[in-house]
Amino acid sequence: MPDNTRGVFSLIIINKAGGLIYQREFQSGLRNLSTNDYLVLAGTFHGVHAITRSITPKIPISQPAPSPATSSTGITAPAASGYSYPNPGVPVSGLDYLETDKFRMTCFQTLTGTKFLLFTDPLTGSVDTIIQKIYELYADYVMKNPFYQIEMPVRCEAFDRHLGAWLRGRT
Amino acid sequence: MAAPPRHATMQSISNGGIAPGTDRPQAQQTQQAQLSQQSPGLRVPSNRKTIYDRHLNRSRNAELSRASFAFLFGEMVTYAQRRVTGIQDLEKRLNEQGYPLGLRLLDLLFYRSTSTSSSALSSSSTSSSPPNRPLRIITLLHLIHGPLWRLLFGRAADALEHSVSPDTPNEYMITDNDPMVNTYISAPRDMSMLNCAAYVAGIIEGVCDGCGFETKVSAHNQPTELWPSRTVFLVRFGDPVMEREKVLERAGVK
Repeated sequence: MPDNTRGVFSLIIINKAGGLIYQREFQSGLRNLSTNDYLVLAGTFHGVHAITRSITPKIPISQPAPSPATSSTGITAPAASGYSYPNPGVPVSGLDYLETDKFRMTCFQTLTGTKFLLFTDPLTGSVDTIIQKIYELYADYVMKNPFYQIEMPVRCEAFDRHLGAWLRGRT
Repeated sequence: MAAPPRHATMQSISNGGIAPGTDRPQAQQTQQAQLSQQSPGLRVPSNRKTIYDRHLNRSRNAELSRASFAFLFGEMVTYAQRRVTGIQDLEKRLNEQGYPLGLRLLDLLFYRSTSTSSSALSSSSTSSSPPNRPLRIITLLHLIHGPLWRLLFGRAADALEHSVSPDTPNEYMITDNDPMVNTYISAPRDMSMLNCAAYVAGIIEGVCDGCGFETKVSAHNQPTELWPSRTVFLVRFGDPVMEREKVLERAGVK
């Protein structure tokens, strides 16, 4: 069903403690879940995300290479005990996206630990742009609202309005 | 007038605020001890340039970050929200925060409107055409609708109306379709009557009072389909002002 919202099904925002703080559907005809189910979904995903982050495999360091000039030896040598992430410069992220033949779920975690879950059509392109824009709207209309309490459910009329308007007007 | 002029009390409050804080943390105190010895009562930045050393027209066309204003204003609302009893109390507090700003903005507005035509010194010494303080209501409202709004928000207000009801000839309405202070604010449902532009209403009140027009200004939500945060500022002039207005009209003063 090619709607104006162009393949964006639903958005969920999870706070850093794993609680559901925002949930919205952008298309009709989705299967309805109860509020409780959504809370369980958010909590479960939070746990799964933490597990996927911690099971990121480490590879053994091929050779210790104790070069005395670099400062890195002082940090890695005692803690790593011969194992390291494949790319130590990139922080471990955990589950990024999950794809089925009917939908694609993309997870974006902010630096403060808030997670944005976006359910889209698997054919929808530039999901990163959509998520970045949603993050921007969240930073503007939720975090700058003096009546919003941090970590609590998002009830900001301006955020709802701008989110809907932007997703509808997106080309 | 039974009550003393409101700006008299405001002046004394702001004078008291400049006094050096005695209960500041120890570390900060020792750091600033040297500076405060040189100029007691004023905190001087390291380059010794206070805001009073700058020319008033320097920041004339300067722009400010909208995000920092949004965060600052958000904190002001949060601060005003402490220990309030209701929505009206909160709006009153926001109004009181805007009032002294309005008083000061009026002077700045007049100062800047002089120095644009010619150099400030020559025009003040010869007093060829000093900008007149508005004497009539309409002139004052145009000053608010145009120059004041441009100074604050970079554009004029959207509408200026007079009350159509014959019972309330002292009521005027200034409309802003999208007040900048409310851009990022959505009031919770149980406070849907609240409009944080009460702060701007306080600024208007300060400007009117500074011109010698006793006024009460309040901000009201009047959302439309196109403008969800449309706000109407209701300006109610006091009875003495209306009486004086009649006298001035007969005398033909503009």
